[in-house]
Amino acid sequence: MTKTKAGLLAATALMLAAPAWAEWAPSRPVEFVVASGAGGGTDNFARTIQAVLTRDGIVESPIVVLNKGGGSGAEAFLYARQNEGDPHKLIFGTNNVYLLPHVAKLAYTVEDLQPVAALALDEFLVWVKADSPYQTVMDLVNAAKDAPGTIPFGGSQSKDTDETLVALIEQTTGADFKYVPFNGGGEVGVQLAGGHVAANVNNPNENAGQWQAGAIRPLCVFAPQRMAESEPVSGDMGWHDIPTCKEQGLEIESYQMPRTVWLPAGTEPEVLAYYQDALKKVAESQDWKDYLAKTSQSASFLTGEELARFIETSEANAVKVFEAEGWTAQ
Amino acid sequence: MENFDLLMHGFGIAITPMHLMLMVGGVLMGLIVGVLPGLGAPNGVSLLIPLTFALDPTSAIILLSSIYWGALFGGSTTSILFNIPGEPSSVATTFDGYPMARSGQSTRALTLAFMSAGFGALLGVIVITLLAGWASNFALKFGAPEYFAVYFLAFAAFIGMGSAAPMKTLVSLAAGLLLASVGMDSVTGSIRLTFGFEDLLGGISFLVVVIGLFGIGELLSTVQEGLRFRGVASKIDLRDVFRTIAELPRYWATYLRSGAIGIWMGITPGGPTAASFMSYGIARSSSRKGAPFGTGRPEGIVAPETADHSAGSCAMLPMLALGVPSSATAAVMMGGLMIWGLTPGPMLFATQPDFVWGLIASMYVSNLIGVVLVLATVPMFAALLRIPFTIIGPMIVAICFVGAYTVSNATFDLWLVLVFGLVGYLFSRLDYPLAPLVLAMVLGHKAENAFHQSMVLSDGSLGIFFSNPLVSGIMAVGIALLVLPKLVSMGSRLRRRVPVE
Repeated sequence: MTKTKAGLLAATALMLAAPAWAEWAPSRPVEFVVASGAGGGTDNFARTIQAVLTRDGIVESPIVVLNKGGGSGAEAFLYARQNEGDPHKLIFGTNNVYLLPHVAKLAYTVEDLQPVAALALDEFLVWVKADSPYQTVMDLVNAAKDAPGTIPFGGSQSKDTDETLVALIEQTTGADFKYVPFNGGGEVGVQLAGGHVAANVNNPNENAGQWQAGAIRPLCVFAPQRMAESEPVSGDMGWHDIPTCKEQGLEIESYQMPRTVWLPAGTEPEVLAYYQDALKKVAESQDWKDYLAKTSQSASFLTGEELARFIETSEANAVKVFEAEGWTAQ
Repeated sequence: MENFDLLMHGFGIAITPMHLMLMVGGVLMGLIVGVLPGLGAPNGVSLLIPLTFALDPTSAIILLSSIYWGALFGGSTTSILFNIPGEPSSVATTFDGYPMARSGQSTRALTLAFMSAGFGALLGVIVITLLAGWASNFALKFGAPEYFAVYFLAFAAFIGMGSAAPMKTLVSLAAGLLLASVGMDSVTGSIRLTFGFEDLLGGISFLVVVIGLFGIGELLSTVQEGLRFRGVASKIDLRDVFRTIAELPRYWATYLRSGAIGIWMGITPGGPTAASFMSYGIARSSSRKGAPFGTGRPEGIVAPETADHSAGSCAMLPMLALGVPSSATAAVMMGGLMIWGLTPGPMLFATQPDFVWGLIASMYVSNLIGVVLVLATVPMFAALLRIPFTIIGPMIVAICFVGAYTVSNATFDLWLVLVFGLVGYLFSRLDYPLAPLVLAMVLGHKAENAFHQSMVLSDGSLGIFFSNPLVSGIMAVGIALLVLPKLVSMGSRLRRRVPVE
């Protein structure tokens, strides 16, 4: 998918919606409901958008950020269901919005929310301790095949993106790791630097500090192509110098986590168009580009059809993993 | 000495009119946020994050950290005056602070709390200044079993020498553990004890429970006792403040011990709340004769406040150097750091010396500003107790409910406050201790997670808790704290029937 194409599509959608859009603007303070605790990746995502929207006057009503991170974010999505049709509430999440109902018995379905836009893709990398014997991801996989169930693999939360990726690696290669869930990416990063786990699959900005210090190093990235050029981070290595996992022989083409924005179901189409337009302006701002660069995320603005297709593929892939692992909730 | 030069450089950055203004403003704002229960430091700081985008990172972190210090100071005020902890970490201050205020010495209690807090913060910053590099390496040694050992130690220190009936302590502790396990378990991902209530999915907020147990529970007791605060309207005199300051050196041993506990818990990171409980428990067990704890002992205020603040300031170190926040507020600030484009990690000290040392220098200055500001407010706050109960009582009810609502904007929490108000009332009528319940709620979930993670790592063998000198050492101290007081009291009972505290 190219950016121009995405832009064109969004622009077309916008032109179609333009007359209707003019009719709606928030009349009350807008609530940004964040599906994570304060300080997490999703929280930063929402607060950066809040800052741009407010400072540039794109949304004129005051914006209030609410953290509802309980139950891996389910609290926020249930809140959306309780506020069906409320145009003054935006929900900020990742792929957890549509994946959680598959693994836990919850009182909401993805139909209770309406996707507005995805604004960024966060990458996943395999990291090991700097002095670890593994030079490529296949070294690690083969070690786990030789001694099944003994190599501790750290990750954040249970049956969330990290454990899903580890399960995907196991299913693809037949290796067997010992997955240990911690509370967040930062904690997993330190557990790796301290040598308490052998590897993790953190996002770039969760581990950048430890990499910079030379305590840990990346093996590969789960993306179709290498990450964007950057300043050297550790020694003379930058993000672009990290090989893709496919290059190293691990047959997982891509595994990325979208940062998504949702409305409660049942709002008018012009409400959706209003927020799509506002978020598009955010995605085009310099502040947003800075945020993406600083947190090493990839730019990707998806709305409408494209977003629906992305969610469908991403959901189908994950559900395949869940079924193979026997995680699916009845 | 290299760190000293860097610190002086930091002072050069921190002491500008603009930064001093930010510090005063931040501390004042934090005070207000801290005094109101429910609206804690994490809320205060996260509200301001978007505003900081216009500032450069050093000014921004100075503002945010000043709010944090202000909130830590303010949190003890309502604990002492009304038995309502403004912050989770000031729960332990209620145990002796409130009885002291009720006996007419509110000025003394507040001054003790604020001075101890200031001293604790100072100790913490000095440690950060001297040991920045070493301390973060030490924290790296903590894996899941070590964390469990630390939480075990906190439990042991607090419970081991409890004065209440052992069965009642056990009941209270078990109730706390039960409440802590409500919601989604992060190790297995399963949902527990919600009974189909969607509102319980995120667990039961510790702050809401505490507001109910302490605030509403205490009010109900007061009502039963004849609708008035037993707080004697003492003469409020600024000289009392100085008299209290003069008595401080007497508690030097408590200061040093509590400071050390706080520093350790701030770095490892157990967090300020665990530190204040642990420090209170240890102060109680090592105190010499005198009035029992829980009746307004000065050490009972000094110990938790010193530990709370030294842990609070030391919590900045793992946040900056490792990217692991050991308190909720530090987590929010770390989020800010990333938005400003700074990567927390061991290299931050090398790549951003202006930022790091500006912050550290500002911690000295803003804590000093904090102590002066809060001491100036002591007479005003102490005067609150002279207001008749018929006026202040309903105000406290309102503050409790508003506070509980602001924790997560959920109306369900208001019912919880009511229910836990009744529970708190029943507990105090039937002489069940509240402290074990509160401690179990704060640490129960973390301890359970660490235990579960350890079991995954060791394939179910308990041997992992004695697998290296560090973890075995902490476990041994914990077991000793749990068992020794009982042995000592049994021994002394055998020798002579001396009444034991």
